[in-house]
Amino acid sequence: MTTADIIQAQAGSIADSPLSVAGKTLASRLILGTGKYDTNELMRDSLAASGSDCVTVAVRREKLYDRQGKNLLDFIDLKKYTLLPNTAGCFNALDAVRVARLGREILRSLENPGADWVKLEVLGDTKTLLPDPIATLEACKRLVDDGFQVLCYTSDCPIMAVRLKDAGAASVMPAGSPIGSGQGILNPNNLRIILEYLKSDDPGYPVIVDAGVGTASDVAQAFELGADGVLLNTAIAHARNPVGMATAVRHAAIAGRHAFLSGRIPKRLYATASSPEEGLITSRPW
Amino acid sequence: MSTVTIEFNGNEEEVDEATTILDLLERSGVEPRYCAVEVNLEIVPRSHYASQCVKEGDRIEVVTLVGGG
Repeated sequence: MTTADIIQAQAGSIADSPLSVAGKTLASRLILGTGKYDTNELMRDSLAASGSDCVTVAVRREKLYDRQGKNLLDFIDLKKYTLLPNTAGCFNALDAVRVARLGREILRSLENPGADWVKLEVLGDTKTLLPDPIATLEACKRLVDDGFQVLCYTSDCPIMAVRLKDAGAASVMPAGSPIGSGQGILNPNNLRIILEYLKSDDPGYPVIVDAGVGTASDVAQAFELGADGVLLNTAIAHARNPVGMATAVRHAAIAGRHAFLSGRIPKRLYATASSPEEGLITSRPW
Repeated sequence: MSTVTIEFNGNEEEVDEATTILDLLERSGVEPRYCAVEVNLEIVPRSHYASQCVKEGDRIEVVTLVGGG
């Protein structure tokens, strides 16, 4: 046993390797969004409470005339966090590629390790925010050709997940349910199939559940099913107490991941007694 | 000295023809390290900010990072 193993054994914990995406290792399996917080200070404290070391950001027009002085980046420790720029708000492949390149340009000047990473999302409509699968696949191919490490938001369709992995996505990120809906994981069976298909001959391939998380148990469920990571934003930012929810989510990630590694029992239709059948002093009515 | 008309983050503006990208950023109080600049859909390399002057009809976009999921 190594020292680390002994420490883990004493803590009642189990050995696990960290999340690795595109050759980069992350300390936490949680990726947090930075949107929708009431204040930047609340965002900063929530990120810290979650234990995450990778956060998503969006690319938007600089406000030239009503600037309030502070930039989001004044509240994010660039030495601690890998930034994952997204293509949120894009509804076609060309826009997504354009936005991804602009995000990369900014991150390069910040010398952040996330510079060639992009969270690709190409949406189909504004009501559901569900991905446009055809445009997503096209944008994924273009970005991979352009040297990006594409972490690709997609629906929970297993066939689409396979297509995106084949197109070179560094990680496929299926939605549990629509973005910001808080409905949790609506189709755990699809997620199971995605995990089986993408990992059957490539067990280290990272599958990250992105979108739909409503509370800590949704995070635990994703990890129990075998997801490698969970990306969430609204569940924390819009919780009554965001820092409290970030703490709960950190524990849920550990609980779910450990449960997965420890192996759950199969579900059975009928009961199995936990106390011995032998030595009973009681009679049965049949 | 003559002026040129540009579109700067969606707003039409008349500026001196000797205006550089860096002049535009400084005038707007933008931190260049936190932004990327596109002229007519082409990203302008950071090393060109101080030398590249605006031209008539240029469509200039300055973007930064904001909170997002």
